[in-house]
Amino acid sequence: MNTVTPSQYLPEGPRNRTETTRHFRAEKFDFWSFFFSGLTGLATLFILGILATILINILANGWTGLSWHFVSTIPKKDFFDIHTTGVLPMIVGTAFRVIVMTIFVIPVGVITAIYLTEYAANTSFITRIIRAAVNNLAGVPSIVFGLFGLGFFINFVGKNMDKLLHNSSAVWGQPALLWASLTLAVMTLPVVIVATEESLKAIPPGLREASLALGATKLETILKIVLPQALPGIMTGGILAVSRAAGEVAPILFTGVAYYMASLPGHLSDQFMDLGYHVFVLSTQSPNIEQTRPILYATVLVLLMLTFALNIVAILIRARVRKKLRALG
Amino acid sequence: MGIHRGHRARPIEWLAEKFIFLVSLSAILMVLLIFLFVAREALPVFFGETNTALVQKPIPAAELEKHSAAELQAYLELTPDEFAKMDKKTLRTLMDIKVEAQNDIPAEVRNDPDAHINTTEWKYLLHSHQWNGYNRPEYIWQPVGDIKKFNIIPLFVGTLKVTLIGLLFAVPLAVGAAIYVSQLARPRVREIVKPTIELLSGIPSVVVGVFALLVMATVLQTMFHYQTRLNAFVAGIALGFAVIPVIFSIAEDALTSVPRAYTQAALALGASRWQTAWQIILPAALPGVFAAAVLGFGRAIGETMIVLMVCSASVLSWNVFDSARSITTTIAAEMAEAVAGGPHYRILFMLGALLFAATFISNMVGDLVIHRFKLKLEGKR
Repeated sequence: MNTVTPSQYLPEGPRNRTETTRHFRAEKFDFWSFFFSGLTGLATLFILGILATILINILANGWTGLSWHFVSTIPKKDFFDIHTTGVLPMIVGTAFRVIVMTIFVIPVGVITAIYLTEYAANTSFITRIIRAAVNNLAGVPSIVFGLFGLGFFINFVGKNMDKLLHNSSAVWGQPALLWASLTLAVMTLPVVIVATEESLKAIPPGLREASLALGATKLETILKIVLPQALPGIMTGGILAVSRAAGEVAPILFTGVAYYMASLPGHLSDQFMDLGYHVFVLSTQSPNIEQTRPILYATVLVLLMLTFALNIVAILIRARVRKKLRALG
Repeated sequence: MGIHRGHRARPIEWLAEKFIFLVSLSAILMVLLIFLFVAREALPVFFGETNTALVQKPIPAAELEKHSAAELQAYLELTPDEFAKMDKKTLRTLMDIKVEAQNDIPAEVRNDPDAHINTTEWKYLLHSHQWNGYNRPEYIWQPVGDIKKFNIIPLFVGTLKVTLIGLLFAVPLAVGAAIYVSQLARPRVREIVKPTIELLSGIPSVVVGVFALLVMATVLQTMFHYQTRLNAFVAGIALGFAVIPVIFSIAEDALTSVPRAYTQAALALGASRWQTAWQIILPAALPGVFAAAVLGFGRAIGETMIVLMVCSASVLSWNVFDSARSITTTIAAEMAEAVAGGPHYRILFMLGALLFAATFISNMVGDLVIHRFKLKLEGKR
């Protein structure tokens, strides 16, 4: 329905002058308006309800299994034993891969965003291609990133590195923390780019013009005026990327995660254990799901606390950036 | 933008600009690399160079010279790298071993007609085939055992089934909520509800999977009274949870970007808030809402862990209350068992390439629609 005839909104038409002047609203109570408004409100409530149910369910069930012992113990081979198990290597592994990822993704993402906002002509062909590529990268299924990591980083880069450096013995040509981190860096690149771009756009153009007018070069303006102002946005991007990456399992399945490791990962070429993968293992490969349920829920709670804490911080910073953006119009 | 100066006047500026430009090309490079390297591992399947036939016509070592390098490489099941490294003598030994292995195949396998066919041909990948021991032609994905069956139709059906259930569940809810939040809710409510719904996207998919596996499956079973506890229906609904925030935030964005003048005009003419939202704002924002659904589809078709945890049987069935196995699940579950470079491995990569192509297209369509929509709203078209 694209066109609306005015008569639709004047239910009976003005019958006499006094009536139309008395009521400002054309309708007093429209049942269908009320009904459908209520329906959309219910949809909203339903979504919020789902969110609340998931969170409460995990919090209520996971709380009992959580203890200092649980988060600080390296489990024995049989990590299904609820009394002796722990998640320390998984926490360390997840943190390690996420930190290595950040080192790669932040510089590349921020520089790309700087190019897109500060240098590129918005209408140029190459800019449109870059934007399309960024959007596409954001939509590639995570499992395809996993395949890419296996096909490119391990089978191509890793194998060739082994040929050159290690005389063809397998050091890099196998799943490793570095490859998992790089795969995740490729996956989260759009997150960093989009968040940084948003914060760069929120900086008033007057600031840049003032700096340029005082004789600063473009590079100086970017480094000394624009970037410090954009820091909250860059942080948001980084945090969002970290929280997204921390919860992803599919991309690391073939690129570095291990079912079990006796020690913590110490080198970039080591494999590692991971919280998200551990959740998957506990929920699908447990010999007795009823018995191991407490440790499953506790692990989920640890993972959720990690990603949620990061998310809430990011959302708060982003809300402030957006407010600034809106104030600019 | 700005005053352009030559590289001689300000060499550092010039270098920095070039450097920034080069780094920004990395996004394009990554998309190309993903496509190249996923497709590279899958190429032998596309070109029909893999052969899974158990019983093959043996080539005696003496006939080494008569065959081309590509033929021999496929026959000996070697990668090009391995093949290039070998001298004639090793090749002859390998061929002798192969002939012996062929002679060792037991008679009952040799008499099985299925042992003579190459199951990685497109004919067997896409069409049904009457396998030995079955009464009628069937679509079967069964990559283990003597005769490996790689029909990808059950996986397609499984993916479609789960994705469609997820979208049927998610789209109405997410669009309804987007209408409510952007048009009907009071500003204070909006400021709380919007980030909260976006928080849903912060829940890792394994966590949604656990919730679906332990809680939702039981609840839904008591509600709908079906046989199998873990099925495509449960997976689809759980998938819906994961897509809702994606669809919601894009649809909400599209609805908000409709100029305020539309709303004000409609309200001034006496329309109710709902009539304005439904008959003025929604039609104006329809391309954006459509794009939200398309992008949600792309997200749903690529979701791995939820479906992997909830259901995994690969039998072809259109019934939503049967189990299903999606393409993503198959790749995730079977890659560890597949021999690197073998037919199974290649076919999994081929599935990955198809998935990449599908999401690539849905992303392109979604972005194009949004781009045009924004231009139209700005009055540039």
